[in-house]
Amino acid sequence: MAGLTANTTLLRQILVGFVRDEVHKVGIRKAVLGLSGGIDSALVAFIAAEALGPKNVHAICMPYKSSNPESEVHARLVAEACGIDFTVIPITPMVDAYFDNFPSADNMRRGNKMARERMTILFDHSALLSALVLGTSNKTELLLGYGTLYGDMASALNPIGDLYKTQVWQLSAEMGVPSAVIEKKPSADLWAGQTDEEELGFTYNQVDELLGRMVDQRLSRDELIKAGFNPEFVDTVYGKIQNSHFKRRLPVIAKVSNRTIDRDFRYSRDWGK
Amino acid sequence: MPDFTAVLAQIKPKLGCVADNLALIEERIQQAIIQKAELVIFPELALTGYFLKDLVPEVALRLDSPEILRLTELSSQISIAFGFVEVTDDYRFFNSALYLEDGNIKHLHRKVYLPTYGLFDEQRYLARGERFRAFDTKFGRMGMLICEDMWHLSSSYILAMDGAATLLCLSSSPSRGIEGESLGSATAWQKLTTTTAMFLNCRVFYCNRVGYEDGINFWGGSEYISPAGESVVRAGLMVEDNVTITVDEGALRRERIFSPMLRDENLFVTVQELKRIERERSQ
Repeated sequence: MAGLTANTTLLRQILVGFVRDEVHKVGIRKAVLGLSGGIDSALVAFIAAEALGPKNVHAICMPYKSSNPESEVHARLVAEACGIDFTVIPITPMVDAYFDNFPSADNMRRGNKMARERMTILFDHSALLSALVLGTSNKTELLLGYGTLYGDMASALNPIGDLYKTQVWQLSAEMGVPSAVIEKKPSADLWAGQTDEEELGFTYNQVDELLGRMVDQRLSRDELIKAGFNPEFVDTVYGKIQNSHFKRRLPVIAKVSNRTIDRDFRYSRDWGK
Repeated sequence: MPDFTAVLAQIKPKLGCVADNLALIEERIQQAIIQKAELVIFPELALTGYFLKDLVPEVALRLDSPEILRLTELSSQISIAFGFVEVTDDYRFFNSALYLEDGNIKHLHRKVYLPTYGLFDEQRYLARGERFRAFDTKFGRMGMLICEDMWHLSSSYILAMDGAATLLCLSSSPSRGIEGESLGSATAWQKLTTTTAMFLNCRVFYCNRVGYEDGINFWGGSEYISPAGESVVRAGLMVEDNVTITVDEGALRRERIFSPMLRDENLFVTVQELKRIERERSQ
């Protein structure tokens, strides 16, 4: 679909400019991000290195004991390829200390806890390094709600949140992300052998084709089915977007005054910048 | 009319910082004076930034405010067009543009078409202007448009019929559309400005800002379009820039001899038919 094929030269210019401008305008020179070994954080690392200079970008790899060892190898490969600082902070001790109290916790609780543990480390390093935390969630996972609220979804700035996964692949190739990282199967890496596409039940290519038409071009359900999409697939994806919408909004505030934050108290975040 | 030199000041205003933006504007005015330009054009809301939301009343200026007086004084050395938020005595707030010349306010335009769709929300915060009027300057008769105004055919048409041979469009146009050869919004604007110039045999000065506000990028690409609808000079995309244009009066004369569409425009037919449509719609 035309809408999913990005002009990567233009995209690169806009996103590099975004990181540079939005970081510098708050009086900060640096950024920090979690590097998982996957493609999304790899792309953000490349964008940030180009925007701020590699020495001003700090990547932290935060493996858990069940993480695939290949992930750390790939994270290191990415950091070396774009020349940014790199440290490894394992999260096994803190996560296990907590779940010793809840040994029967399921995979979802454990995965969310890991994502939030990583978030606290990144925001601690934000203070330590005077660096803004860069988000690495793409538009596909943000729309599907395939992320942990206050975990991997937390950041100060997200350069790739308006890029579908398909576009992340395109821009990564343009920017020189190592091919081993581009070509491997996307995985949240919470347990051995996990892949996103198996867990979601469809491929990123399939869902991006649908999301582009449903969200960006606003085709109706009838039009989508006429265009060849399976009605069940359309309804499943629509349901995922609807049911995860709370993750994309601030917490709901009970209104009692004339000016309620974000309702009728409205300012851009770049107010005064 | 003589030839004249104009500057398109493609600046990056700071959101809600009137004093900083005034300093930035004054700096560009001084530069333009040094290079002996006679007209300098700034973008929409150059004094304030764009996504103001509830900041509108805080950054709004009266026409007799010290900031406007300061720029009006400077216009004794160079003609100046710029955008700001205007507050009136009855506390309405307008997305306005001023044309200053010879130490006087020559013209005030209040944006008529306030976009409130997609990423825009202007009509929530601002009052609508109610007129398009051409005005006389040292460089001939002109008309001013603010961004969305130009997307309504009638706006440029009215100004041209009112005698404007030069259209100034002050803009804060956000970047969107990354699928094509060039940026979607930039391509659309270029089609609009060149076609408008061609239809009306008018010059078009398009001045757009740059910079980011809450992740939204303004693409710049300020441009001078000849009365034949050709792009003569264009500023860089997504970078602060300054473009100087020597406007050739002869090009306007030649174009109006070569393609006299404007001469042949039938105002009587247009008004008659619009009145009929208005009558029929109100039934």
